Amino acid sequence: MTEILKRNKALSVSPLKASQPVGGSLATLGFNRAMPMLHGSQGCTAFAKVFFVRHFREPIPLQSTAMDQSSSVLGADENVVVGIKTIAEKSRPALITILTTGLAETQGADVHRNVREFRAANPEFDDVAVVAVNTPDFTGSVETGYAATLTEIIRALVPDAKEAGTLPGWRRRQVNVLVSYMLTPGDLEALRDIFEQFQLRPVFVPDLSDSLDGCLTDDDFSPVTIGGTPLSEMATLGHAKATVVIGASLQKAADLLEEKTGVPTYRFDHLYGLHANDALISALSEISGLDVPERIERQRSQLQDTMLDTHFMLGQLRIAIAADADLLHALVAQVQEMGAEVVAAVTSCNTPLLSRIPVASIKIGDLEDMELIAKANNAQLVIGNSHAVDSAERLGTPILRSGFPLYDIIGGYQKTWIGYKGSRQTLFDLANLVINHAHEEIPVYRSVYAQKPATEASAPSCH
Amino acid sequence: MKSTKDIAELLDEPSCEHNKKEKSGCAKPKPGASAGGCAFDGAQIALLPIADVAHIVHGPIACAGSSWDNRGTRSSGASLYRIGMTTDLTEQDIVMGRAEKRLFHAIKQAVETYQPPAVFIYNTCVPALIGDDIGAVCRSAEERWGVPVVPIDSAGFYGTKNLGNRIAGDAMFKYVIGTRDPDPLPLSVQRADIKIHDVNLVGEYNIAGEFWHVLPLFDELGLRILCTLSGDARFREVQTMHKAEVNMMVCSKAMLNVARKLNEKYGTPWFEGSFYGITDTSQALRDFAKAINDPDLTERTEQLIEREETRIRAELAPWKERLKGKRVLLFTGGVKSWSVISALQDLGMVVVATGTKKSTEEDKARIRELMGEDTLMIEDGSPRELIRIVHDYKADILIAGGRNMYTALKAKIPFLDINQEREFGYEGYQGMLELVRQLALTMESPVWQSVRAPAPWKKTKVAA
Repeated sequence: MTEILKRNKALSVSPLKASQPVGGSLATLGFNRAMPMLHGSQGCTAFAKVFFVRHFREPIPLQSTAMDQSSSVLGADENVVVGIKTIAEKSRPALITILTTGLAETQGADVHRNVREFRAANPEFDDVAVVAVNTPDFTGSVETGYAATLTEIIRALVPDAKEAGTLPGWRRRQVNVLVSYMLTPGDLEALRDIFEQFQLRPVFVPDLSDSLDGCLTDDDFSPVTIGGTPLSEMATLGHAKATVVIGASLQKAADLLEEKTGVPTYRFDHLYGLHANDALISALSEISGLDVPERIERQRSQLQDTMLDTHFMLGQLRIAIAADADLLHALVAQVQEMGAEVVAAVTSCNTPLLSRIPVASIKIGDLEDMELIAKANNAQLVIGNSHAVDSAERLGTPILRSGFPLYDIIGGYQKTWIGYKGSRQTLFDLANLVINHAHEEIPVYRSVYAQKPATEASAPSCH
Repeated sequence: MKSTKDIAELLDEPSCEHNKKEKSGCAKPKPGASAGGCAFDGAQIALLPIADVAHIVHGPIACAGSSWDNRGTRSSGASLYRIGMTTDLTEQDIVMGRAEKRLFHAIKQAVETYQPPAVFIYNTCVPALIGDDIGAVCRSAEERWGVPVVPIDSAGFYGTKNLGNRIAGDAMFKYVIGTRDPDPLPLSVQRADIKIHDVNLVGEYNIAGEFWHVLPLFDELGLRILCTLSGDARFREVQTMHKAEVNMMVCSKAMLNVARKLNEKYGTPWFEGSFYGITDTSQALRDFAKAINDPDLTERTEQLIEREETRIRAELAPWKERLKGKRVLLFTGGVKSWSVISALQDLGMVVVATGTKKSTEEDKARIRELMGEDTLMIEDGSPRELIRIVHDYKADILIAGGRNMYTALKAKIPFLDINQEREFGYEGYQGMLELVRQLALTMESPVWQSVRAPAPWKKTKVAA
């Protein structure tokens, strides 16, 4: 049984956690022609924007209800309504999400009522979908904010099968794929390729590989997202043959989609490592009724070969991991599959998944906690985001960068971790970090009787 | 929470030209069409470079979680400022009224773990709204642990980033400046032939370490900088700022209230200046000599200026050939437009248009003087508008803040980042060399042609 160690200090030092509104924004950015609006003061949006710009190196559409002193005290209903209207007029997006912050929730905002009022007063904008989500930053994390927003978007935009007359399996090749925040645009591209090899048509919800994949378009500028899941697809989800869900954080979203559509659901916690991918490939073979294509068989055996090559470096390697729950689970599974030991596991907030992650204990905390536990347990390698680079430096270990945000490398958002191929690359990367990092060598011993040249006697040993 | 009256007082800055106009401070942001940070953002930017202080953000995670260790500012030693600290308030803390208690213990934890010379507490929206008395918490914490604990009441909803800068300056003036006298000048650095003068810089953030291009010149001239507020500063330096002979406001009105109040209380004269470009760097050094009024210093300053200008002009000559006549659209945020314009004109470049949203009337007059009457002054800095102007005015490059970087790149326009997140330092004579290198690097890059040209098969189609 995994021991969950709760937060026990007053001050969070070197925070690991990113906020719920950040997660909600990310989910929204995976839809086509979308605009997230944070209900809070301007800084809430500015910080989230910089956070994403540094990670993706892309322009990021993100707006604010710009609460000031008087609306914070006297009520900010008008800010929400005016904000929606302004965005609708200026950019005519397909989707606006209203994501609450700690400020709005503390003040007692009711964004759902605000949206109803906007709807009633502005029928001319009926073609603009508006979804309100409660995502205060005093609870949860980027993971829960993302999941909550996805759930609300499904609730608002996927019609009930009874009313819409959608029929599971009517589109024989379509598979809905609900993807957790931990999948990068690079992962989604690779995943699309895997589905297509089974002659299936995946509909990613949301689809960051189409909106934040770093693509140069003919348009000079767009105020809203270019690419992402088209809202028109949401109405077709009920016709799909199956729904594939990746990430335990999406349980609720998946339950809701199944309840609404009746489409059978296949759930996966993650797609890191051999066993997780075996489960996916078996499922895709079952859904499509096709044998596993040769190319995938080949990739599987390539991964197996790499597992043999790298187990020398990764076996018994003492690893410290700091990540949100879904990602933590994935990384733990992959390194344990290689015989490595997770000696420090730190995550940002409590979720039901944690108790299923097979490590002795998980600390809910920050990067300082990770550093202290890693030090106490002699960790040899760290896996974490760009903020953890300094921690790794102080620990004197190499680091594999993973998660949010990645701002000190280029293209981190595009790295492929999933599938046999992506898993293989992760093993290469981990093994190279171990090889290229000075490890414990046997100290040089010079015999007093040796006949080595005199100049060598005092030379320092170099490794 | 600050009262409306407190905020109004901060917005009323008699030394700021904006003050005379109707929209004193800044215009009210419009929901759904706003850009820019909040007062907390501004306060944190202004003070975070004080490198040995424990900076604690009192609030739920969004304030610190997305913003810590996010600045381009550099320190020559202490690095505590790079460690993010926050009370990370939970729903329980807020509902049960435990936020103040958590803050009190957070201060204890920071003091015990890191032994900082001082702790700064940044108040944010949620604790301001629920009425946390951070002033009281700071007072009792200071008493209990014997370390200065400074409240910076900077809830985001108080207003803009600019207001946050002033809140920060106000807190420094109120709680820190004047609490210690400067160290006596060590014998080892005294010079028989010259008198050493003490000065301050306000609003210099040492982005990418750029002030280190300029600092050796101060040493050479015998100007001891008691404190730069706040680039590469230490708490003990800020404490001594009241003893300077003159203050320089660097390139920004952000903490103008500090210079004004130092003048009111201690009679310290101040002037505005900039270290961008040859002309302005020389002017800043001259202004120091003028304010201090030491004939020997004046003479040595002139000698130094002549030597440095000659040297840098020779080094810039080959670059000038390459950059001469290139057309620039300049859209700066905090950095004064005119100061960068003069740097670019030093290089023989043509500034076709410039942003003036944050410029004062005086700035605008100066821009007209530098660029001529029919210069385009841009008030609307929306991405779409900037791109249009680049095309219409045939600009070769857009120089703007990092926020506009990906806008420019998506429109396939060469770009130079001039804001605080940038990775290169352009200050001083030496900084000009870095500036030309970066300008040439992007404008002369072979990638523009590759990304603008259509794929070969598309061309064939058109031809057919």
